[in-house]
Amino acid sequence: MTTLSPAPSAEDAIPAKRAGIDLLFLVAVLAIAVALVRVIYFTPFEAIQGPAQKIFYLHLPAALDAFMAFGVVALAGIGYLWLGDLRLDRAAESSAEVGVVFTTVVLVTGPIWARPVWGTWWTWDARLTLTLFLWFIYVSYLVLRGAIDDRALRARYSAVLGILGSLLIPFIHLSVYLFRTLHPRPIVIKPSAPSLPPEMLTTLIISFIAFSLFYLALVRQRYRLATERDLLELEEGR
Amino acid sequence: MIATRGLGRRFGGRVAVSEVSLSLEAGDCLALFGPNGAGKTTLLRMLAGLLRPTEGGGSVAGVALPGGAELRAAVGYISHASMLYGALSARENVELTARLFGVRDPREQAVRALERMEMSERADTPVRLLSRGMQQRVSIARATVHDPRVVLLDEPFTGLDDSGSAALAAHIASLRAAGTTMVLVTHQIAEGLALATHAAIMREGALVRLEKGETMDASAYLGVYREHVTHGA
Amino acid sequence: MAPNTLTAAFLIARKDLAIEFRTRTAFFSAAVFALLGIVIFYFAWDPTAVSAIDLAPGVLWAIFTFSGLLGLQRSFGIEQADRAIDTLLGAPIPRESIYLGKAMANLVFVAAVQVVAIPAVQLFYGVPLLEHAWALASIALLAAVGLVAVGTLFSAMAVNTKLAEMLLPVLSLPFFVPIVIPAAQATARLLAGRPADEIVGWLKLLIAFDIVFVAACMLAFPFTIEE
Repeated sequence: MTTLSPAPSAEDAIPAKRAGIDLLFLVAVLAIAVALVRVIYFTPFEAIQGPAQKIFYLHLPAALDAFMAFGVVALAGIGYLWLGDLRLDRAAESSAEVGVVFTTVVLVTGPIWARPVWGTWWTWDARLTLTLFLWFIYVSYLVLRGAIDDRALRARYSAVLGILGSLLIPFIHLSVYLFRTLHPRPIVIKPSAPSLPPEMLTTLIISFIAFSLFYLALVRQRYRLATERDLLELEEGR
Repeated sequence: MIATRGLGRRFGGRVAVSEVSLSLEAGDCLALFGPNGAGKTTLLRMLAGLLRPTEGGGSVAGVALPGGAELRAAVGYISHASMLYGALSARENVELTARLFGVRDPREQAVRALERMEMSERADTPVRLLSRGMQQRVSIARATVHDPRVVLLDEPFTGLDDSGSAALAAHIASLRAAGTTMVLVTHQIAEGLALATHAAIMREGALVRLEKGETMDASAYLGVYREHVTHGA
Repeated sequence: MAPNTLTAAFLIARKDLAIEFRTRTAFFSAAVFALLGIVIFYFAWDPTAVSAIDLAPGVLWAIFTFSGLLGLQRSFGIEQADRAIDTLLGAPIPRESIYLGKAMANLVFVAAVQVVAIPAVQLFYGVPLLEHAWALASIALLAAVGLVAVGTLFSAMAVNTKLAEMLLPVLSLPFFVPIVIPAAQATARLLAGRPADEIVGWLKLLIAFDIVFVAACMLAFPFTIEE
C-alpha cells in the first residue's frame, strides 16, 4: 500500500548551520560599531544644524536599505511566480520583515532629526512621506502573509502584492511630489545628500556599508528561521 | 476517455492524492468510494481541469492534463456545493453556463436541460428558494447543458430524497448509455455499484483497489470496503 | 465555440449586475454610507477655517474610496456562497475574462454611487460641482477605473484569506492614494476656475496609473485563482 509520508525535497533541507557564531552577523555588528564611532568622533559637525545632523548617517542608509529590501521582495516575488521555488518566497518574507524594521528606523529618526532642526516633529517632506507609504505597503504585505495558512497560496499572493507594491512606489512618489510643488511651503533649510564635503561622504559610505551588511545578516538569520518553520509545518502534515 | 498515470497532488507538505492510475473508455462509469479526506474530491478536481496535478499525468477526453480551455469544454463537473447563483433563476443559471460554454441556442438548450431534469415548472424561481434536491437537479442540468463527454459527480446523492435519487440514477444511466464517461463519488455503495462499470476505493490519497465488470457483487463489496477502510491493508 | 475574452467578460459583468439589481443591498449600503460620510464630514468642518471649495473635493474623493470598498467586498463574495466561482473556473473561458467582467460590473457600481455622491456634496457644501459636469465625469471615470482595477484583484485575493473584510481595505488603500490625490486636486482646480492645463496635468497622472494597474492586475489575476 502507498504509505503517506511527505516526500522530502531538496528545497526543504535546512542549510547546514554552523556550530558557534554567525560570522556575517559579527562582522556586521562590528561594522556598525565602527561606523558609529566614526560618526560621533571623527566626523565634523554640520555648520547650521549642529550635532542633530549626525542622525542623517543613520537615517539615509536605513532608508536606502529599506527601499532596496522591498526591491528584493518584489524580485523574489517575480522569481517565485516564475519558478515556484519556495526558497524565493522565504527570501521575500525575510527581506520584508527586515525591511519593515529599517523603514521604522527611518520614520523614527526622521522626526528626531526634524524636531531640533525644523521645530516640528513631522514634515510632509516628499521623501519622508514616500517612506511612510513604504511602511504601509510593508505592513499590508506582512498582514496578508499572516492571514493565509496555505503555504503555496501565501507565497503566490505575497508575490502578487510585492510586485504591485513596487509598481505603486513611483506613483506615490510622483503624486506626493506634484502635490508638494504645487503647495508652496515656507522655505526651510533642507540639507540634501549630494553636496557633502569628503569626510561626511566617507562617513556616509561607511555607514551605508555597515547597515547593508547588517541587513544581509538579519535576512540570513530570518531566512533560516523561515526554512525551519516550513520544515516543521511539513512534518506536522499541514 | 480518461486515462491517468501516477497522478498525484500535494498541498505544501500534505499529500492529498498519490499514484493514481486508471483507464476508462467511453460509456464507462467509475464508482469511487472512500472515507472523507481520502482525496476523492481532489482527484475529481484534477480531472475537471480545476486543479493542477503536482505529479504524474494523464488525459481526459483526449486532452492531456493539466489541460486548459479545451479540457474544460469537454467536462461537466458537479460538486457537493451547487455552484449556482442563488439570486438568479434556474433557467438563468443554466443559460449562463450554456453561453459560457459556447453552446449554440443557449436559451433553448437551457430549457431542454431543465426539462430533462424535470425542473421546467420551477425554472424561473430564484435558486435560493428551491429545495436542496431541486438545486441538485438544476446543478446537473447546468453541468450537462453543453453535452460533455466526461461527467464528474462528487457525492451527488447527498441531500436527495428517494424520488430525487431515483431521477438522478436514471439520468446517470442515460448518460452512460449515450457514451459519456463518468466518475461518481458516493458514499452509497449499493447505488454506486448499480450504476457503475468500475469500482474503486480511495484511502489516504491512493487507490487501494480497482476493479471492473459485472462480476462486482454489492453485498460482497460492502465487506471488501469495510476491510479496506477500517482495517487498513 | 467557446466565447472569447470580451464576450465572456460581458456575460460575467451582466450576471453580476443582474444579481446586484435583484438584491440591491450592496448598492444601497454603499450609497447610504457615502451620504452619511459626506454629512458627518460636514459636522466635523469649521467653515471659518477652511472654505467649502477647499474641503469638498477632499471629502468627495475620500468617501469615494470608502464606499467603493463596500461594493468591492461583495464582488467575489457572491462567488463564495455555493462555490459558484467553480462554474466560472470550469468554463472554457480565458481567466482574464473573469477579472475583466467583474471589474466592469464594479465600475458600473462605483459610478452609480458617484451619481448619488456628487450631487450630495454639491447640496451639502454649496459647491457648484454640476456646473462642470463633463470635466467632473472624466475625473470620476478615470478615478473609478483605477479603483476598480486594483480593488477587483484584491477582492479576489481577500476572499480566500482569514480576514477577508479587514484585509481588503488594508491592501487597497495605499493603492488608492495615487487616485485620490490627482482626483481631489483636479476637482479643486476645476472649482477654482484654474486654467485647463493644470487640471489636465493631474488627469495625465490618473491615466498613467490606470494603464499601468489595469495591465498589471489583469496579468496578476490568473495567479490569484489558479490552483
